[in-house]
Amino acid sequence: MSVPADLKYTKSHEWLKVDGDTVTIGITDHAQSELGDVVYVDLPEAGRAVQVGDSFGSVESVKTVSDLYAPVSGEVTEVNGALAAQSELVNSDPHGEGWMVKVKMDNASQLDSLLDAAAYEKEIA
Amino acid sequence: MPYIPHTDADRKAMLETIGVDSIEDLFVEIPEDLRLKGELDVPKGMDEHKLFSTLHDLAGKNVDLATTTCFLGAGIYDRFIPATVGALISRGEFLTAYTPYQPEVSQGYLQTIYEFQTMVAELYGADLANASMYCGATALAEAALMACSIKRRSVVVVSEAVHPHYRETLETYCWAMDVEVRVIPTAETGRVESLEALTDEAACLILQQPNFFGLIADMKAARKACDETGSLLVVSADPTACGLLPAPGEEGADIITGEGQPLGIPMGFGGPLLGLFACRKEFVRQIPGRIVGRTTDGQGRPGYTMTLRTREQDIRREKATSNICTNEALMALAATIYMSAVGKNGIRSIAESTVQNTQYAIKQLTAAGGRLRFGGKVFGEFVLDLPRSAEGVRDALLKKGILAGLPLGKHYKGMENSLLVAVTEIRSKAEIDRFAEALRSVLESEEEDLLIVGVSLDQARIKVRQADGHVDARAVETIAKVIVSKHNWSVKDQFGLDITFSNGSQALLPEEDSAGFEAVMKALSKQLPGWDDNWFDQVAYPPFEDNSTVVFEKD
Repeated sequence: MSVPADLKYTKSHEWLKVDGDTVTIGITDHAQSELGDVVYVDLPEAGRAVQVGDSFGSVESVKTVSDLYAPVSGEVTEVNGALAAQSELVNSDPHGEGWMVKVKMDNASQLDSLLDAAAYEKEIA
Repeated sequence: MPYIPHTDADRKAMLETIGVDSIEDLFVEIPEDLRLKGELDVPKGMDEHKLFSTLHDLAGKNVDLATTTCFLGAGIYDRFIPATVGALISRGEFLTAYTPYQPEVSQGYLQTIYEFQTMVAELYGADLANASMYCGATALAEAALMACSIKRRSVVVVSEAVHPHYRETLETYCWAMDVEVRVIPTAETGRVESLEALTDEAACLILQQPNFFGLIADMKAARKACDETGSLLVVSADPTACGLLPAPGEEGADIITGEGQPLGIPMGFGGPLLGLFACRKEFVRQIPGRIVGRTTDGQGRPGYTMTLRTREQDIRREKATSNICTNEALMALAATIYMSAVGKNGIRSIAESTVQNTQYAIKQLTAAGGRLRFGGKVFGEFVLDLPRSAEGVRDALLKKGILAGLPLGKHYKGMENSLLVAVTEIRSKAEIDRFAEALRSVLESEEEDLLIVGVSLDQARIKVRQADGHVDARAVETIAKVIVSKHNWSVKDQFGLDITFSNGSQALLPEEDSAGFEAVMKALSKQLPGWDDNWFDQVAYPPFEDNSTVVFEKD
């Protein structure tokens, strides 16, 4: 199971990559493996405001639908349009091409409460 | 599947397994005083012959269409049902009310549902349809909630010319979901004239096609208004009318719902009915209910399967699109067989005959003394204004074997004299002529009951309205007899008054609401010598029981 060291993690299995005041968000390798084949990803429109802890979309696999929870508050600036036609990218490259949204953070200090790679590894052990 | 009831030994083993002593112990959560003590007060069992004869007697008290000609519609229609429908749905393989459990085992059933979805989508001009809902009313309410979830808005706008029962169901669903329902009044012309109520807060605009009064609605203006406010257009459409009118989907409706009863399902008091639900493809993940898809199995053979199951409540709990987790399978099957049997041309010709018969009925009934209330094109139903109470005329016509339609006074203010008349493809010229003749004779009849319109206390006079509308005040001492009749109007008990005067004429207060039942009774009790002040005890019958009681009779 891949848990890249340069990412931040949530207990609800989202990963974040921080770039200045913008974060890229996706679901972890562990999450995609638990879900099985992802058949649909429901994402918000760019421009939507999200609050930390809110559901901002969902991932549908053949087994179930899981909500995506915002790890930080801010505004959605970009959405991965490729997932509309190729939801399987979430399975094949969860930390790369399977990314979901980019969010411009309101408050970067919210990052402090997130898990680092070592803590997330413990979480899923 | 055989039906084998539990034996006493089974029950004992089950109770032991879960660790309780008796079945009664399972109900300890319910307070003692709310639990039934002893046996239910129902008659003892009877033998089959006696049971059938009792049921036959009970059924005989209903109005039935073997002896009555039906011009009543208002959402449920007396259409022809080919014999093949009843024959095929009665086959044992098909007898289930719901989607079968372990549905993929029932490939044949799933194939019929897939065909049903395909035909409904084609009839409505939509990309796809679901496996059906309970009825037209709940299908419409579900469409409103779906629009709210797609648009993330919590206001819906509905035309007053949408079926009153559908609007009640809509109100109930929306009340529970904190959604505001705005109603566009349609009193003047019977149709939506202004779309001012549709703002950018509205998730959807809801119309009915043809509307409750039978009028064909203008979808173009509605589509344009919805585009301006970013709202969805939801249309509840009569499937038979779609045989002739442009399909609602082609006219720009985003979600189309309807009552499938006209497609091969008999008119039953209380159902079963069939909800139709179709929409555009982009909303497939928001659609309520079941969807059957076509696929191929591991060996490349075609097969049918439940699909997009992850929207459903048993999988997704509180995040589900709806609480419906089944479909109206047997009725959907009936509709599938009906549509296959009559075909595309058949539905078109049924719709054409409906229009022709309706136009003939309009001509005959207006010549017989009715007046068309609303202008504009109608499909198979119209509002006929009568010179007096539509309920009275309906009752008089029923005695002549004609179920004349729905009096609208209970549903729309100021429409007490209006009757909603439906004419289907199976109403013959002779039947329509007989209706017109009977209407003429009822309207010309001088035996019309006088209506009480009020009581004037100080002068001890009671006002009654004559057939010609003239109001006449009569002295209370000329009253010879007062009968209170208690009617049960499905849920609300109502009292009516029947007063006989000493000259033999009669006056009626048909419902307690109309002129103030209590006011009349209070006035009479003060002014009639010998009036029994305990009259109410005699007429206070339990809910759901009808009764007539003489509360005053002059010696």
